[in-house]
Amino acid sequence: MTALPSITVRLDDRAVALPAGATLAQLLELERREPAAVATALNGRFVPRDARPATALSDGDVVLFFQPIVGG
Amino acid sequence: MTNMTNRSDPLLIDGVALDSRFFLGTAGYPSPAVLCEAIRASSSQVLTVGLKRTLQAGDNGALAQALAAGREQGARLLPNTAGCRSAREAVQLAHMARELYGTAWIKLEVIGDEHTLQPDPFELVAAATELTREGFVVFPYCTEDLILGRRLLDAGCPLLMPWGAPIGSGQGLLNLHGLCTLRERLPDTVLVIDAGLGAPSQAARAMELGFDAVLLNSAVAQAGDPVAMAGAFRDAVGAGRRAWRAGLMAAQSFAVASTPVSGHAFLLGDA
Repeated sequence: MTALPSITVRLDDRAVALPAGATLAQLLELERREPAAVATALNGRFVPRDARPATALSDGDVVLFFQPIVGG
Repeated sequence: MTNMTNRSDPLLIDGVALDSRFFLGTAGYPSPAVLCEAIRASSSQVLTVGLKRTLQAGDNGALAQALAAGREQGARLLPNTAGCRSAREAVQLAHMARELYGTAWIKLEVIGDEHTLQPDPFELVAAATELTREGFVVFPYCTEDLILGRRLLDAGCPLLMPWGAPIGSGQGLLNLHGLCTLRERLPDTVLVIDAGLGAPSQAARAMELGFDAVLLNSAVAQAGDPVAMAGAFRDAVGAGRRAWRAGLMAAQSFAVASTPVSGHAFLLGDA
């Protein structure tokens, strides 16, 4: 039996394996992140919330999640 | 709590009338409860907030409580781009802040030197230009350099936020000449002293010089009693503003008697 193709992305400095064709929205779901609670960046560029379902990830992509915090 | 707001002298920014001229940072308080009380004591209507990578430790619920305290007094949020070293980084972070906080207001920080945390003027102008084009209301953390200020205004910033001294240093207004020059040459621009203030007297001084507001964090958060210090800054900002509006007397290098007597006191005459 042939294994399903997969990709590996870097999420906040750790490797995460995903099925080929996975989207940013699916990564959030896999990580159990509330979609409205984080902002996302792919390879250094902001990806708006409504663009996540159509944003397919590729092997080697770098994904960052950001969340609100106190600040000066 | 004493209400130190003044509806007859609002600060107008982006069409918003603010009763308080004291902007407060929300980081580094001993506990979320102290932060909330400090916000209330400050009467501030602009609270700065930030963004962080999710891999870093949380803030123990401080932000959620701060937002609730801020809402009680009608405070607006001013997300920052702290930690950015380039215009590109700052622009990306600003977009994330707008999505997460639901505001187009952004405190633009682009740092050019690790030791002084001095803003990078070139990256700052580049970022401000792009962000204003994309609908942001940019509050640029800048130096007191007049030409930089003009370039930022040209880029569409509705105000300037020059430093008093390096962030967190508590040194007060280090370059009075430069700051006064900025005030004098940009008389119609909203100028907010941001960073470096350590004592209420320094905030009062800034307001007496005609600056429109002050923004600070560490001086309150690191005080022995942050809540009391927030109240002290609130009072100092109000006093400084009222003094500026009242018109300070002109300083002179010689004595001018205030009691209306003439000649010598009589006991020193023909005794």
